[in-house]
Amino acid sequence: MTNRLSLSAILLFLFFSASSAQHNVRTERISGSAGDVLEDNPVGKLKVYVYELPSKYNKKLLQKDPRCLTHMFAAEIFMHRFLLSSPVRTLNPDEADWFCSPIYPTCDLTPTGLPLPFKSPRMMRSAIQLISSNWPYWNKTEGADHFFVVPHDFGACFHYQEEKAIERGILPLLKRATLVQTFGQRNHVCLDQGSITIPPFAPPQKMHAHLIPPDVPRSIFVYFRGLFYDVNNDPEGGYYARGARAAVWENFKNNPLFDISTDHPTTYYEDMQRSIFCLCPLGWAPWSPRLVEAVVFGCIPVIIADDIVLPFADAIPWEEIGVFVAEKDVPELDTILTSIPTEVILRKQRLLANPSMKQAMLFPQPAQPGDAFHQILNGLARKLPHDGSVYLKAGEKVLNWTAGPVGDLKPW
Amino acid sequence: MKLSALHQSYLNRRRSPLDSSVDAPSKSFLAVFWLVLHCLCCLISLLLGFRFSRLVFFFLVSTPTTNLYSPPFRPNLPPPRIDLTPSNATTAEVKTSSSRVVVGRHGILIRPWPHPDPVEVMKAHRIIERVQREQKAVFGAGGKGSRTVIAVTPTYVRTFQALHLNGVMHSLMLVPYDVVWIVVEAGGVSNETASIIGKSGVRVIHVGFDQRMPNTWEDRGKVEVLMRLRALRVVKEEKLDGVVMFADDSNMHSMEFFDEIQNVKWFGAVSVGILAHSGNAEEMVMSMDKRREMVDEVEERSSLPVQGPACNATDKLIGWHVFNTLPYAGKSAVYIDDVAAVLPQKLEWCGFVLNSRILWDEAESKPEWVKEFGLLNENEGVESPLSLLNDPSMVEPLGSCGRQVLLWWLRVEARADSKFPPGWVIDPPLEITVAAKRTPWPDVPPEPPTKKKDQMSLSQGNNNVVVIPKQQQQQQQQQQQRSSKVRKPKRRSKRNKHEAKPTDTTTQVSSSTKHHQERN
Repeated sequence: MTNRLSLSAILLFLFFSASSAQHNVRTERISGSAGDVLEDNPVGKLKVYVYELPSKYNKKLLQKDPRCLTHMFAAEIFMHRFLLSSPVRTLNPDEADWFCSPIYPTCDLTPTGLPLPFKSPRMMRSAIQLISSNWPYWNKTEGADHFFVVPHDFGACFHYQEEKAIERGILPLLKRATLVQTFGQRNHVCLDQGSITIPPFAPPQKMHAHLIPPDVPRSIFVYFRGLFYDVNNDPEGGYYARGARAAVWENFKNNPLFDISTDHPTTYYEDMQRSIFCLCPLGWAPWSPRLVEAVVFGCIPVIIADDIVLPFADAIPWEEIGVFVAEKDVPELDTILTSIPTEVILRKQRLLANPSMKQAMLFPQPAQPGDAFHQILNGLARKLPHDGSVYLKAGEKVLNWTAGPVGDLKPW
Repeated sequence: MKLSALHQSYLNRRRSPLDSSVDAPSKSFLAVFWLVLHCLCCLISLLLGFRFSRLVFFFLVSTPTTNLYSPPFRPNLPPPRIDLTPSNATTAEVKTSSSRVVVGRHGILIRPWPHPDPVEVMKAHRIIERVQREQKAVFGAGGKGSRTVIAVTPTYVRTFQALHLNGVMHSLMLVPYDVVWIVVEAGGVSNETASIIGKSGVRVIHVGFDQRMPNTWEDRGKVEVLMRLRALRVVKEEKLDGVVMFADDSNMHSMEFFDEIQNVKWFGAVSVGILAHSGNAEEMVMSMDKRREMVDEVEERSSLPVQGPACNATDKLIGWHVFNTLPYAGKSAVYIDDVAAVLPQKLEWCGFVLNSRILWDEAESKPEWVKEFGLLNENEGVESPLSLLNDPSMVEPLGSCGRQVLLWWLRVEARADSKFPPGWVIDPPLEITVAAKRTPWPDVPPEPPTKKKDQMSLSQGNNNVVVIPKQQQQQQQQQQQRSSKVRKPKRRSKRNKHEAKPTDTTTQVSSSTKHHQERN
């Protein structure tokens, strides 16, 4: 974590020192002396081999429930599809740098559309057993050059309740692999050192269908739509969002500058484009698709989630783009937002207007240059070349195949 | 007691994994009682299908202190971070460096006065306004980005200068783009003009032109052309970058005009509405009647008062609409203060806009159909801006190919002998003051009887709102006089009766039409 922190600090410093307004004042490029990291082309920098797993791990699940393609965890499915037709894919596993295992652990949905993570550990385990017995590549490194997309609430901890997720911790078999997940929080069990944080899936066509002309004046100061209290799961309040969302409501429901409510308006996307600040507070998990929506619609995200790790944090200078508010400072949110100098606000808007920034948050079909798929590959490429210690000597075993709760050991 | 028991049992339930019930014997009965009640309520809710028990408890037991929103602030509840959640303990066990952020319940922090602070609201509105201004600057006008507007105005000191120049100035002040205003003044730089344009707030270049403005419209037009060329030379020397437009000081520009000219690439033309008034009301009426007759007979020959580009069906420039001067032949104004129609030139300069780079010296990406401005010979007679071009067909028609009239041409000037106070400031105050005769102030002495006729009529004409004393009323009614409502002694009204009323076409406060007619 300290490596990542120092790396990001160095990169941030480089961004600060090297970024300057181009002659086109409309957008500012997020540039550094390392070049435009967001626009790096991963082709040629890495090779990915995609395992051929039986369809019970992927296709059959999708056939059973096609809703998996539209919920916010659809990144795992689309990543697989992208890699199948991408130029970085190689059919020769001996020259591959990274190995992709197409498993869809979040595709087990309740009738209301929420994923149940209870069977996911068993599914992962059985898949890894299959991989390790059919191909020699897992045993070579015990999974250190494999990556898995785990976009669920708490990543590879495979539970939606934070207490239980912390109890379980990351699945022991995935301890050496690289995890590509949406969850990111510093000093948390469920965020591994070398993980790549990605944005949650938000449907790009739907968002682009609601674009309004950019000269419509932004007249809403702060905008938020969503729950403040989760009466079903947290009736007394104080657990959901660690009380932050409730604090926002109680402090600012009378404030005309804050357009906040629990409505589901049809003009949600259009309203975001008419707002200057969009609140992105934590919910049961610190990440939310609101961040993606805010970036796409040019609304400055106000992130209220302590210690959160935002997507592609090593490539995107989130401090310059969004506003970070500590959860304990929520009662002073209006003071904080109005005391930001106008020049800073305009600069943030210029950075947000940068098309490569918006593109990096999306998973468009078919894939386009600079989108989130490419950023994931860039992130993987930045981790190359693999450290020599990653490769194990013959017969050496590091992972404990029997660790974890007893229920996980049952075959799937 | 019941309340505290409820709290403590709640705590006990929360704390159960960590510390076993310490004071068991005293609480056992209570615990059993609550357990039984709880089971009963669970059964009921199973039947009824919602969380009956919790609701009942909260309604029965609710007191002011049991505030749903601030349980953590209850004094007998220990601060939430330290205990209450078992997972906290496990977190401490699992990781040595525990997260600063804990899983469990936090307080819902509410500040003591959760209402908007007016100072902050003002700050927020200023932020919103600044953001919107930036949006307009960047995305407005079709997203072209904003080019500087270079306005060229020839002017000279005369009575109507303040009228015209203030109009142009305020139009330019409203333009949402950067403006450079080049004011060329005939007769040299003067304080009059400088004091008017100094209030504009835009960047002004005030240039003096040595000739004085002549007295006839034709000569004035020629001198104006020379003044405009002088301004264009300023643009060339200072290498100003933007769109040059000609804002004659008596014209009226619409705001859409400034948005539209941002689209010009090199040389553009817009349609100008020509307001060729005659200055004589009767002649105006007559000419309008004549025009109506003409329209009835001959439909095609409608003199559109518009000058501008003419396009064919595919929006390509094919010619020019020119103001038809035939109806005014022989009747147009020659001298500046003539009471007759003022006619425009064939093609007025104000209908053309150009990219300032046309005027620059170096031929960087200047199209070949543009003449070199530096080599232009003014003495050859530059009539219209088309003389700056080698090929007039390359002009871009703006305003949806000339269909939109974006500005109006007008020439109005005062009489030749009209005077005006310098700077339009009356200093020292006027010498001649006439005391108001018919005012409510009682110290104005009454008029002596030997006053002249017209003064009487004047004073009589001003009587409007004075109370009629009763005797006078009666008198008037008796005499059937026009009620001159004055607070005056009796003999005043007697005088009214005796003297023949002068023809008073001013204000009538008459009571009887009979007398009115008599007088008239």
